[in-house]
Amino acid sequence: MEDCLAKKMEITVSEAEKRTGRNAMNIQETYTAYLIETRAVESQSEGQCAPVDSLWRRYSEFELLRNYLSVTYPHIVVPPLPEKRADFVWHKLSADNMDPDFVERRRIGLENFLLRVASHPVLCQDKIFYSFLTQEGGWKEMVNETGFQLKADSRLKALNATFRVKNPDKRFTELKHYSDELQSVISHLLRVRARVADRLYGVYKVHGNYGRVFSEWSAIEKEMGDGLQSAGHHMDVYAASIDDILEEEEHYADQLKEYLFYAEALRAVCRKHELMQYDLEMAAQDLTSKKQQCEELATGTVRTFSLKGMTSKLFGQETPEQREAKLKVLEEQIQEGEEQLKSKNLEGRDFVKSAWADIERFKEQKNHDLKEALISYAVMQISMCKKGIQVWTNAKECFSKM
Amino acid sequence: DTSLAEVNSFSSSMPISPSSMINQYKFEDEPELRDLFITVDDPESHITAIETFITYRVVTKTSRGEFDSSEYEVRRRYQDFLWLKSKLEEAHPTLIIPPLPEKFIMKGMMERFSDEFIETRRKALHKFLNRIADHPTLTFNEDFKIFLTAQAWELSSHKKQGPGLLSRMGQTVKAVASSVRGGVKNRPEMFTEMNHYMETFSQKIIVLDKIAHRIYKEEREYFNEMKEYGPIHTLWSASEEDIADSLKGVASCIDKCCKATEKRMAGLLENLLPILHEYVLYSEILMGVLKRRDQIQGELDSRVDALANKKTEKDLFSEEIGKLEDKVECANNALKADWDRWKQNMQCDMRSTFTSMAESSLHYYEECLATWESFLASQTVHPQVEEDSEDRP
Repeated sequence: MEDCLAKKMEITVSEAEKRTGRNAMNIQETYTAYLIETRAVESQSEGQCAPVDSLWRRYSEFELLRNYLSVTYPHIVVPPLPEKRADFVWHKLSADNMDPDFVERRRIGLENFLLRVASHPVLCQDKIFYSFLTQEGGWKEMVNETGFQLKADSRLKALNATFRVKNPDKRFTELKHYSDELQSVISHLLRVRARVADRLYGVYKVHGNYGRVFSEWSAIEKEMGDGLQSAGHHMDVYAASIDDILEEEEHYADQLKEYLFYAEALRAVCRKHELMQYDLEMAAQDLTSKKQQCEELATGTVRTFSLKGMTSKLFGQETPEQREAKLKVLEEQIQEGEEQLKSKNLEGRDFVKSAWADIERFKEQKNHDLKEALISYAVMQISMCKKGIQVWTNAKECFSKM
Repeated sequence: DTSLAEVNSFSSSMPISPSSMINQYKFEDEPELRDLFITVDDPESHITAIETFITYRVVTKTSRGEFDSSEYEVRRRYQDFLWLKSKLEEAHPTLIIPPLPEKFIMKGMMERFSDEFIETRRKALHKFLNRIADHPTLTFNEDFKIFLTAQAWELSSHKKQGPGLLSRMGQTVKAVASSVRGGVKNRPEMFTEMNHYMETFSQKIIVLDKIAHRIYKEEREYFNEMKEYGPIHTLWSASEEDIADSLKGVASCIDKCCKATEKRMAGLLENLLPILHEYVLYSEILMGVLKRRDQIQGELDSRVDALANKKTEKDLFSEEIGKLEDKVECANNALKADWDRWKQNMQCDMRSTFTSMAESSLHYYEECLATWESFLASQTVHPQVEEDSEDRP
């Protein structure tokens, strides 16, 4: 297997900057631009570093890239982008897209997206992706020239196929159910986590009120004064500590969010399979009916009711020459149809094979990442507990000296 | 009726709960010298045509000679405790009479006559009686003895004796009248300092009480959310294979932390909240005591002022003035001693209750830490060999 781009090239989204400009409708707007820096990975030599290339991209360009990849590689579970708007917000977090914390987390999410694509065995080789990273001007035009938008399946067509397909591969049906469950459970988890964070914030911050009151009280106490003052200080420390704790937890939430959005990518692959399968079934059905027509014409028997049969009854039978001509056309169509069916079958099987390979790769990645995320969550909780132990040990000592 | 047979089942170390034991010991320098042990328990509902009320069993064990028996068991209702308090205030206007739990709970944290309310009240009544027992002067008060020993009908008839309504009203009028004049003019420096102290202390303790309640409320909300948080992980584990164990592990950790939060909350409810509340009541009591001292002083001052111009009759009234001066001196000394005692106890109470609050929070974090650490250990026991792990973003 060829080395992934990620091995050959260091990719970072290192900065975010507010910009104003005029959009397609010539209306002034504010947006954020992200700086993508790339550097070729050199073998270790003393302090010799390859030069850094950089260019600016905005979120809509990332979206364009992802759409292109999704359409061009429908059998691949394409990595998702970080959320467009802040969702699962708890009260301290701003829902504003311009909020620096949101922008920062989005910067990290975009970098993560690029790294995921760059380490994917198939996607990393895509030229459009490479240009996205290295070519500032004219990239948009390059993407549009691929004409990928034409290849995109209409939502309606996809929906229709989902309902009407008769024999989809069972594994894809199961996968679809799994991705629905995954999406539902992660959303629920994120929502409750946000509420828990809110409440935890409240508990810590109210303790901060002790500090001020203890300090004021200590002014009238002779013996208790010192103990109160110093205990109050520890209460302030306790109250302040929650900010960093919860900020770290946001990164954990972002890791879960990525897999929430991955569920949609999984479903997209399933939909493509259903579409192809439905297409195949329709082509097979069409072929069967043409063969039947052929037979009827050849033998002169009308087995099934058809408008043609009716009209011929009404307006008289066709001449042998007409019949001959019709037969020929049909036979040609049948041959075409059979070839098409063959190639569709092949396409379908290829799709299933390559899609399933990527799905297996995805599953391994998901299990690894989620397990690590859960472990990192435990590490965060441990750190929070240790801080709590320290503060309350100190506070206890101060109180006991009152 | 006292059933002495039942009382034998008590051990000599009577306290019902460890916390009450601590409270009792706090008030004594030498616990072994205590000769009066009181418990309040067994709340019982009584329903009559007119009202519903609760009585509490008050059990007394004593080795004092003034008591006819060594053990008593009586039933008392809240009204009786109110009566005792007012009698003590009457007899010792400048002593610090311990606080009684309030008649009604405004805050809607508990309903009247809910089990929680009754239990909270019972504990407070228990403390009230024990604080009186520990007080060097109040413990020998006659009404206190009657409260502890008299049967229901005996108590009723005793209550009806004593200054009638009119004379009590007269006293109140007198008190109001002299309070208008103050007794602040000649107030010794020490008591002015006490007033300033109490004003600030009062403010701070009220705020602390509010803060503590707020913390309790926030912890309760946090607990409620946590209850929902854990099970979601279990639900998720049902659709996973490889990570099902990790998810279940996290769910179990969250549940354990949830229980630990419950314990932390219970600690607040049992310990910090009641004590802060008591001291809110104490600050009112102390302001009242300082006022009464001023009133007694005011009586003396106004008499002195009134007689200032009547030089010839001074000798006639010197006895009266003398008596008033004695009264003031007594009141001042009693208050001073009681104040010092109160301050020491307050310091002790605050130290122990805040220390135990800190300890409770400490235990909470220690428990949670242990839970998560053991989860972490379980996750890293089977390290998986990951290829190309550096590629993963």
